[in-house]
Amino acid sequence: MIRSFLRSREAILLAALIALVLLVETRFAGFAAPSNLAAIFNDTSILVILALGQMLVILTRCIDLSLASNLALTGMVTAMLNAAMPDLPMGVLIAAAIGLGLLMGAFNGLLVWKLEIPSIVVTLGTLTIYRGLIFLVSGGEWVNSHEMSAAYKALPRTEILGLPLLGWTGAAVVAAFAVGVNRTALGRAFYAVGGNPGAAIYTGIEVGRTRFQAFVIAGGLAGLCGYLWVSRYAVAYTDVAGGFELDIVAACVIGGISIAGGLGTVTGAVLGALFLGTIKNALPVAGISPFWQMAISGAAIIVAVAFHARRQPGRVILKPEAAR
Amino acid sequence: MSPTAEARRLPDRGTGCGARILRSWELLLAVIAILIFIANTQASPYFLDPWNLSDATFNFTEKAMIAFAMAFLIIAGEIDLSVAGIIALASTAMGWALQFDVGAAGLAVIGLGVGVVCGLFNGVLVTRLGLPSIVVTIGTMSLFRGISYIVLGDQAFNGYPESFVWLGRGYVFWVVSFELVLFALLAGLYAVVLHATNFGRQVYAIGNNPTAATFSGIRVARVKMILFVLTGAMSGIAAICLTARLGSTRPSIAFAWELEVVTMVVLGGVSILGGAGSIPGVVLAALIIGMATFGLGLLNVPGIVMSIFTGALLIAVIALPRLYRLIRTGRAA
Repeated sequence: MIRSFLRSREAILLAALIALVLLVETRFAGFAAPSNLAAIFNDTSILVILALGQMLVILTRCIDLSLASNLALTGMVTAMLNAAMPDLPMGVLIAAAIGLGLLMGAFNGLLVWKLEIPSIVVTLGTLTIYRGLIFLVSGGEWVNSHEMSAAYKALPRTEILGLPLLGWTGAAVVAAFAVGVNRTALGRAFYAVGGNPGAAIYTGIEVGRTRFQAFVIAGGLAGLCGYLWVSRYAVAYTDVAGGFELDIVAACVIGGISIAGGLGTVTGAVLGALFLGTIKNALPVAGISPFWQMAISGAAIIVAVAFHARRQPGRVILKPEAAR
Repeated sequence: MSPTAEARRLPDRGTGCGARILRSWELLLAVIAILIFIANTQASPYFLDPWNLSDATFNFTEKAMIAFAMAFLIIAGEIDLSVAGIIALASTAMGWALQFDVGAAGLAVIGLGVGVVCGLFNGVLVTRLGLPSIVVTIGTMSLFRGISYIVLGDQAFNGYPESFVWLGRGYVFWVVSFELVLFALLAGLYAVVLHATNFGRQVYAIGNNPTAATFSGIRVARVKMILFVLTGAMSGIAAICLTARLGSTRPSIAFAWELEVVTMVVLGGVSILGGAGSIPGVVLAALIIGMATFGLGLLNVPGIVMSIFTGALLIAVIALPRLYRLIRTGRAA
């Protein structure tokens, strides 16, 4: 088992991640200190959670480009609810965020399931629709820090054992995925649908329904992240997390989730997100202009996909159609 | 099912029921375009002014130029999400070259050249290394625009010469802008190449079945390579027009255009799964999006709300025929 892990793409990614951290540590002592690593994990938690949701969707040979818009809309709605009714318990607010996210995910999923519209088309449309709705509900106004209640802003910052609750939420989602994806029938169904949809039908798995479930889970997680994001940065506006949808896909790709479906692990998705998060946190420490970040993550995606493709077992002579 | 019936179901066949569906799709788009035109004339008294109509064309000409090449690429079963990144990089290169005083033609050559090189880079990654284009171009999208950010940061290039600016703002005669003429010429050229040449047929064949295309002697990798270079070149041309029109370069130029271009192509009836679509459809989709956003603009509707309209239109136009079919088959059963 150890040997097979050492040969896996996750092991290589982990090694690259450790090498990256050590490289920065050699020049700037303290980067690899546990407290700083915890801070990086905390900072990357939202990307980790979303990458896991996206992983399920990609496993079923679909893609969800609307996650960042979903996040921004739920974030805005929770912020406005909080500003209008500061006494609303946080539990209700978080439930509302998850519920709204689930709803948006279900809308994507239904179009993919019942009308069999390619997911890239559906989520390209809902990407702009959800984003536009933010403007409609907010009228283009910002919800600023002073309009939010103290409880709203404090919750993700509450520290337990040195890690803020935001980080613990990320860790909890990772744990839930580690069990859910590997140990439940639904988790295995995602792999079956993506690996071979035809065979999945014969084993009694409904392909469209499984895809729908993947979209709903991803949507719910995006809703949760909507609250986390807005409360963490203490501001809500129309362009929150603009362009973040591609960072999520990038994390999955770097983590070795095959865009053709059916291939990828929870460890991979988490490491892919952490890799991007570490780069983002290392740049300012190393004194490199933040303007380098975009080019570096782009190059990382290309290197990662080239590397993973080379290691794909049993390559056929003719490339099979890449699913999208 | 008899073989002839099977053959008729090929999505790109020019005869039989495939052609009827294709024709009715473009008919549907034409009807929508006319409805939007009428709605616009009713909604705003300023819409029918020739100069206003001419201004409206700038809303879609640059995106549509890329959409033509993108249509080829999507029909062939690939996609290029890096087009807006290419615009940013090409525009940055042109701005950087300002210091050498190369003149309008020199700037245009540089813009086009960067586009071609970027397209070549995508093409090599996809066809030589066999990587999925959607992932490659998500990567190069960040890479190309990222290089722009490295060069420019929060700065901007300004001071393009007047002769260059004409490419984006000039008029050939009366209200007909240079961009509109270029758009019309390119639309005609792409329509002829796709619908009346061997190369066009090869593109359809690859999109329908790359394996069969390979065995029937089509050099799949080479055709795809040409398409990526073509898309890069069109992005370069769009970068020239857009930079000239704006008169400045920022790294955020043409941000998120890739999604609008893909929306245009898909709305135009090109199957995202490859193998079907037409250039007239893409032209109509460009007109619809351009007119709708311009009309809404005259009514002071903010751009972000227009994007709801575009997104809803994309989903509705594809969902409604399927919903209709679903209900009809449900009733029959």
